[in-house]
Amino acid sequence: MNQFKNFTKGFIRENPILVLVLGTCPTLATTSSSLNGLGMGIATTFVLIGSNAVISLLANVIPDKVRIPAFVVIIASFVTIVDLLMQAYVPSLYDKLGIFIPLIVVNCIVLGRAEAYASKNGVWSSFIDGFGMGLGFTCALGVLGAFREIVGSGSIFGYKFIPGDGVLVFILAPGAFIALGYLIAIVNKIKK
Amino acid sequence: MEYILLIISAVFINNVVLAQFLGICPFLGVSNKVGTALGMAGAVTFVIVLATMATYLIQIYVLNPLGIAFMQTITFILVIAALVQMVEIILKKVSQGLYQALGIFLPLITTNCAVLGVAILVIKKNYNLLEGVIFGASTAIGFGLALVILAGIREQLELAEIPKGMKGVPISLVTAGILALAFMGFTGIVK
Repeated sequence: MNQFKNFTKGFIRENPILVLVLGTCPTLATTSSSLNGLGMGIATTFVLIGSNAVISLLANVIPDKVRIPAFVVIIASFVTIVDLLMQAYVPSLYDKLGIFIPLIVVNCIVLGRAEAYASKNGVWSSFIDGFGMGLGFTCALGVLGAFREIVGSGSIFGYKFIPGDGVLVFILAPGAFIALGYLIAIVNKIKK
Repeated sequence: MEYILLIISAVFINNVVLAQFLGICPFLGVSNKVGTALGMAGAVTFVIVLATMATYLIQIYVLNPLGIAFMQTITFILVIAALVQMVEIILKKVSQGLYQALGIFLPLITTNCAVLGVAILVIKKNYNLLEGVIFGASTAIGFGLALVILAGIREQLELAEIPKGMKGVPISLVTAGILALAFMGFTGIVK
């Protein structure tokens, strides 16, 4: 597979959220606005790229039996780096995302890519794979966040362009489930 | 009274799945049948209570005195993974019946973000050990409640006619959304 195809597979064909339905927890929790969704997406992308690259380098050294715990430790190290960086440089976003930053550790996408791709491929392809998957994840979060923000409060990136209150329920928890459900249904429809 | 409020709040108002979005993967994955949902709920309750105790003690007696609280994420996930493995081994030796009921769910629990989420929340909210355990147990009960309700609805949904694109995950998510809407009605119970 050439690198370009490898890069773009995460967007539609193997989109981690819309097709594989992995990592739904942060997807639902952090998309109450487009900005939060994008922030979460970028944080996860960073972890994905870092862990994919390091794991592909170490895959031959790590004994097969302890591979999962070893992967988890590597992923957790990158999550800690992101956690500390965000706390220092974007404290307002860090407060909003809260507990979901440390929870990137248990995001199935990251461990899934490590196990399914990075442990079997070279550094460069793993890097591209992590980058593409991360961007696909970020796009899906951005779309869902933008949709919920537009319908829920009539604004986008905090800029209000529809007067009035909007359908508040889309900002709250139930709207997240319903919006994601229909988004996946639309993707299913397009794919067939 | 304080503890009762804590329980009601964790089970109904801040329901772990429907209001806080933790543990959605198993919520969607094993909610096909009520039986499996009950098994998963039991295993999660067991692990959450143990994990909350273990991580709390480690935070207070190891991480804080050494001044390495930033190692929280790495330590907690390792403790949880080891704990799950240990529970599996012990159950296999001690109680075959329980192992057969919960066994297949245990490996899945390591990546259940509700477990790590509760462990971190207990530290963040400055609970003491007893409050932490009560919070953990009632969160797990809330998880089980949501899981069993969704499984019951999905069993009925199998008989319904659903548009092709909506089958599977989408209809489950929309159902969960309506469920979340219903749970919002509990908000007024506790001030």
